[in-house]
Amino acid sequence: MFENIIRPETLEPIVRSVINIGIILINIAIIVGIALFHVAYATYFERKTIGHMQVRLGPIEVGPHGILQPIADGLKLLFKEDVIPQVADRTVFYIAPVIFFTAAMTSLAVIPFFEKFVIADINIGLLFLFAMSSLGAYGIVMSGWASNSKYAFLGGLRSAAQVLSYEIAMGLSLVGVMIMAGSLNLSEIVKAQQTYPLGLYLIPQILGFGVFLIAMFAETGRCPFDLPEAESELVAGYFVEYSGFRFALFFLGEYIGMFIMSSIAVVCFLGGWTVPQFILGIPLIGDILSKIPNIIWFLLKVYFFIFLYYWVRATVPRYRYDQLMAIGWKILIPVALANIVITGLIKLWVKGMI
Amino acid sequence: MEPQEIAEKIKERFPDEVIDITSFRDQVSVIAKKERIVDICRYLHDDPHLHFDFLVDLCGVDYLDKKVPRFEVVYNLYSIKYRHRIRLKAQVPEDNPRIDTVTSMWAGANWHERECFDMYGIVFRGHPDLRRILMPEDWEGYPLRKDYPVKGPEKEWPGFQEVLDKAKAFREFEWKK
Amino acid sequence: MEEISRNQPPSDIRIAPELHTREITLNMGPQHPATHGVLRLVLELDGETIVKCTPYVGYLHRGTEKLGENRTYLSALPLTDRLDYVSSMNNNIGYVVAVERLLGIEPPERAKFIRTMVAEMGRISNHLLWLGTHALDIGAITPFLYVFRERERIMDLFEELCGARLTVSYPRIGGVRNDVSQKFLDDLYAFTEEFPGRIDEYETLLTVNRIWLRRTKGVGVIPAEEAINWGLTGPVLRGSGVRYDIRKFAPYDAYDKVEFEIPIGYNGDVYDRYMVRIIEMGQANRIIRQCIEKLPKGPITIDSPFTLPPKGSLSRRDKERFNKDYYSRHFVLAKSGPKEAPQGEIYVATEVPKGELGFYFISDGTGRPYRMRIRAPSFVHASALPRLCEGGLVADVISNIGSIDIVLGECDR
Repeated sequence: MFENIIRPETLEPIVRSVINIGIILINIAIIVGIALFHVAYATYFERKTIGHMQVRLGPIEVGPHGILQPIADGLKLLFKEDVIPQVADRTVFYIAPVIFFTAAMTSLAVIPFFEKFVIADINIGLLFLFAMSSLGAYGIVMSGWASNSKYAFLGGLRSAAQVLSYEIAMGLSLVGVMIMAGSLNLSEIVKAQQTYPLGLYLIPQILGFGVFLIAMFAETGRCPFDLPEAESELVAGYFVEYSGFRFALFFLGEYIGMFIMSSIAVVCFLGGWTVPQFILGIPLIGDILSKIPNIIWFLLKVYFFIFLYYWVRATVPRYRYDQLMAIGWKILIPVALANIVITGLIKLWVKGMI
Repeated sequence: MEPQEIAEKIKERFPDEVIDITSFRDQVSVIAKKERIVDICRYLHDDPHLHFDFLVDLCGVDYLDKKVPRFEVVYNLYSIKYRHRIRLKAQVPEDNPRIDTVTSMWAGANWHERECFDMYGIVFRGHPDLRRILMPEDWEGYPLRKDYPVKGPEKEWPGFQEVLDKAKAFREFEWKK
Repeated sequence: MEEISRNQPPSDIRIAPELHTREITLNMGPQHPATHGVLRLVLELDGETIVKCTPYVGYLHRGTEKLGENRTYLSALPLTDRLDYVSSMNNNIGYVVAVERLLGIEPPERAKFIRTMVAEMGRISNHLLWLGTHALDIGAITPFLYVFRERERIMDLFEELCGARLTVSYPRIGGVRNDVSQKFLDDLYAFTEEFPGRIDEYETLLTVNRIWLRRTKGVGVIPAEEAINWGLTGPVLRGSGVRYDIRKFAPYDAYDKVEFEIPIGYNGDVYDRYMVRIIEMGQANRIIRQCIEKLPKGPITIDSPFTLPPKGSLSRRDKERFNKDYYSRHFVLAKSGPKEAPQGEIYVATEVPKGELGFYFISDGTGRPYRMRIRAPSFVHASALPRLCEGGLVADVISNIGSIDIVLGECDR
């Protein structure tokens, strides 16, 4: 990505690779640091948003307006005693949160935050994201099994079934985007959107977007699909036996998952880092707004989805397990399939093949 | 139907069973022998003019040194359809505290009978699941009997002792100073 | 999953003889966020389906009935607060009405209206708490905080009325403890004016919410016949379509002088019980308004040795009335109870928010009840839990526990 800074031809191949690896490591460090910071403040944002929706204030004590609350929470989790149940399967119990967290963090590698800023600009970016989010399910199932607790076990089972079913709906809902863009590379998808009305896939892919939006909530296990961790039924679900920083890993993983899903939605349907074209059309304001850095636009769009997560959480109750499955298999997947067929036919028609 | 009328009807139908009919502030109690209590209840439940479909309450009473036989099982019955009420009392002797269950008529009698067994030691024959309900399963004695002391017995309940022992055993996990 | 093979497969199926399926036993409670106290359920699960549900109660048993037998009629009053601590006012009134009927005394008209008014406040506060926790169990977190906003106001009003917020002990045998102030009435009236709008607010979040409908419609259905057979009362029975409300059919206090309607359900599922309670809150609001408007003037207690003399803010006239004689008489009364309680037995039921709360007294002519039996609605409702839950899913257990609205303090007594 920084090829133009380093002149490849002037250096020895070995030095070139060392420098490249170094740059990638720096990039990773930046992204991980920023992501973790964002996650910390996403919890603050969540608590404040939901607090105000529920006629209360949210965190207010630590720092001005409780701004240091996430840091205090993080410190608390670090210093907490790490309790491991006596009858737990220790090895699996240790590995499970690491898998969950790693899977979530690895997904960040392929997200284009703005033009040319992506750690791994691979051609199968979208598939990589699906693979990683499925891998996260292993962490959940393993933690549910290893805890040797029935609540955790039920939570793990629910989660496995839920993630796997909604993976299908989510994958299918994005096939329309792939057909239209003709690529699985996320940067390519963003660029391909420029030629469409408003510079978004949202309008032509409205069906796919609807399916993706619902599947996105289920995939991250957030309300109204938070059955794996339904606190009133399964107490806390799969991580009921975890404490201290192992619990924090699950917590962070869940929030990073939300960021990933929001990013996919933004990249695939809302034009990624680009400025929406209808804004550019407005005379005076358009000029000013187009000066705003691309990363800000990207984050604004992402935070819109994050806000949606919180908004929904404060509004609706939780689905039941069988209803969740029914929605996934009986509504979302057929709709997504129909979307693929329609998109394919229209594409062929545009190309003049039918 | 007036409660007095209902009481008369019961007496007419079961002349040998009904011992006494008392009345206090418009509430009528029919005191009966325990042997055919299920038949009486079934009659009250099934008769189309009585139709006591609602067992309001079932409880035991201990008349220690006041009456012989010592125990009574009290059925408070109500008819949602006709809105009339009657109280049926079955006498249960101390040496054979057994009576037939009425769960076949009123499903709601289940826990009331369990409680009566728990508190008075009256055994309900044919009850589907007669266990202690409010007291711990290994409790000794029947708390609502009049000869059961209000202040606790001398020795601790073994369950509590168990808890104390456990607390002692867990003390090794406490923070050391 | 150590020992296997309780459910042997049929002998003719021999595909994989070493594999058996077995139900999981899941112990829910006594410490569990959705069991509203210390209810313990042992569930046998086949996957997520409930094969068998066994409730265990008694973790909060304090022997209220035994204690009541050893106390005077007056001093047993605070025990009733601790039965259903969510609507302690209604429990107090239920007890007081029963004792009054036993003793054959009648409170003055003003006291009756005040009692009706505060009982309906208790009903609203109970239903609010029920709504919040029920919705929270099903996953809607916001109504929980909305209802506490209103419940807090009722609690403040109770505090203004009698000094206590939760365990009030406000009614007395033959009246109430102290008179209501004009400020209290004004505040309460202001509350009743805005409360219907608040109910609409909760309803926008729940009543027509698709997810709420899917979680509650057709869940925990109990038909009318069966509901009566199980002895269910209150909103649960009315949710099944039975028109049975003690306030209408055997009126006590001033319920025969106010207008209100009884909501009736149709299907007998969780949703109907929810709707019944929501409408009941509106009706309770209506009753409170009528009580404030019709509140007659006059004494608040009968001049009888069964009532405590009001302390604190006594007018001069009152002080003269409660002279030395009265106090000494009262001391004897409080110490050993009234000597003149008539001999007999009586069962009196009142409509508390949870259902029918009955007190069955056997009096042997002394100042203490020979037998004090409490017919607690929560106890009966909890006994019907297996009937409601079996065959459903784990998530339905939560809806069912919420919909029958049990408080374990009352269930275990």
